[in-house]
Amino acid sequence: MMDNPGVIDGQVRGPWRRLAAALRPRRTRSQAAVAALFVLLGVALAQQVRSNAQFDGLSTARETDLVGILDDLTARNERLAAEQRDLQATRDALANGTNSSVTALAEAKRRAATLAILAGTVQAQGPGVSIVVSDPAGKVDAASMLDAVEELRDAGAEALQIGTVRVVASTAFVDAAPGTVVVDGTTVTAPYTILAIGDPRTMSAALRIPGGVVESLRGLGADAAVTETTAVAVTALRPASTPQYARPAP
Amino acid sequence: MIAALGLVVGIVLGLVLHPLVPLWLQPYLPIAVVAALDAVFGAVRATLEGVFDDKVFVISFVSNVLVAALIVFLGDQLGVGSQLSTGVIVVLSVRIFSNVAAIRRQLFGA
Repeated sequence: MMDNPGVIDGQVRGPWRRLAAALRPRRTRSQAAVAALFVLLGVALAQQVRSNAQFDGLSTARETDLVGILDDLTARNERLAAEQRDLQATRDALANGTNSSVTALAEAKRRAATLAILAGTVQAQGPGVSIVVSDPAGKVDAASMLDAVEELRDAGAEALQIGTVRVVASTAFVDAAPGTVVVDGTTVTAPYTILAIGDPRTMSAALRIPGGVVESLRGLGADAAVTETTAVAVTALRPASTPQYARPAP
Repeated sequence: MIAALGLVVGIVLGLVLHPLVPLWLQPYLPIAVVAALDAVFGAVRATLEGVFDDKVFVISFVSNVLVAALIVFLGDQLGVGSQLSTGVIVVLSVRIFSNVAAIRRQLFGA
């Protein structure tokens, strides 16, 4: 149908024949003009599609549209900047909070360790003295033992142990049969071994001062051998007791 | 045939040469293209109805483009450029649709 050579323009019948006739190339001036217009249209079409794809349509937007777009962007920018400030403030607060809580936690742990040593619920080690009190005559009593403990505490002993009993603030010494002392309900028999963590020189000097613990023990017929060491291990423990009535004051 | 060839050549030229459209012309180019398309579809319809005339086509093509651009230009000057552009596009689209419908009826009888 497309190549129907016998048909002349004026005689064609039906749209398909007219279309075929129109599609036949003819070299006339008016056809050239039409072709030129189509070339223009093609160029414009391609160019428009291309520039639209290239510049996001901004380059062809009108002034008012551009102003609107700019306003939108500015407003959005401000909103985002405000959001950024908020988030930064939150982040700083969180970072500070984390820091302070970490510091508080470390401090609390340090205090807990100190208090645990004082309460005798953890083992302790460090420089100190070890004292062996031999009591062949059986004259050493609770009072002598308390004297020694007090003297050591005065000299800065931080952790104390007599025999296998940890000595804390509430430790009680009770007289018992000769050659024994009851410490916190546990019977300790001679020779008594006292371990004390603290400054070794200060403690041994405090024990040896004239009229001090060592001299009075010798007066009782006992003897005290004081040894300064760099590593004393206080391994005896005392179970932690929960106060029944006392509560921390807020 | 020559017209179709011209369109193809034009598209290829536009893609290859990438001619620089002057800045003042850029807002009017899309409208002008749509107006020209309207003229083209009108020409196809006229061809199928056997009343196509080269002179009429050239004049309608040029006048369509010029009037569309003029309306948009006027709208820009009055501050209602985007609204008028939309209006022009709507009118031209309606015309293109009606032309296509006529072409369809001519070719397929439906």
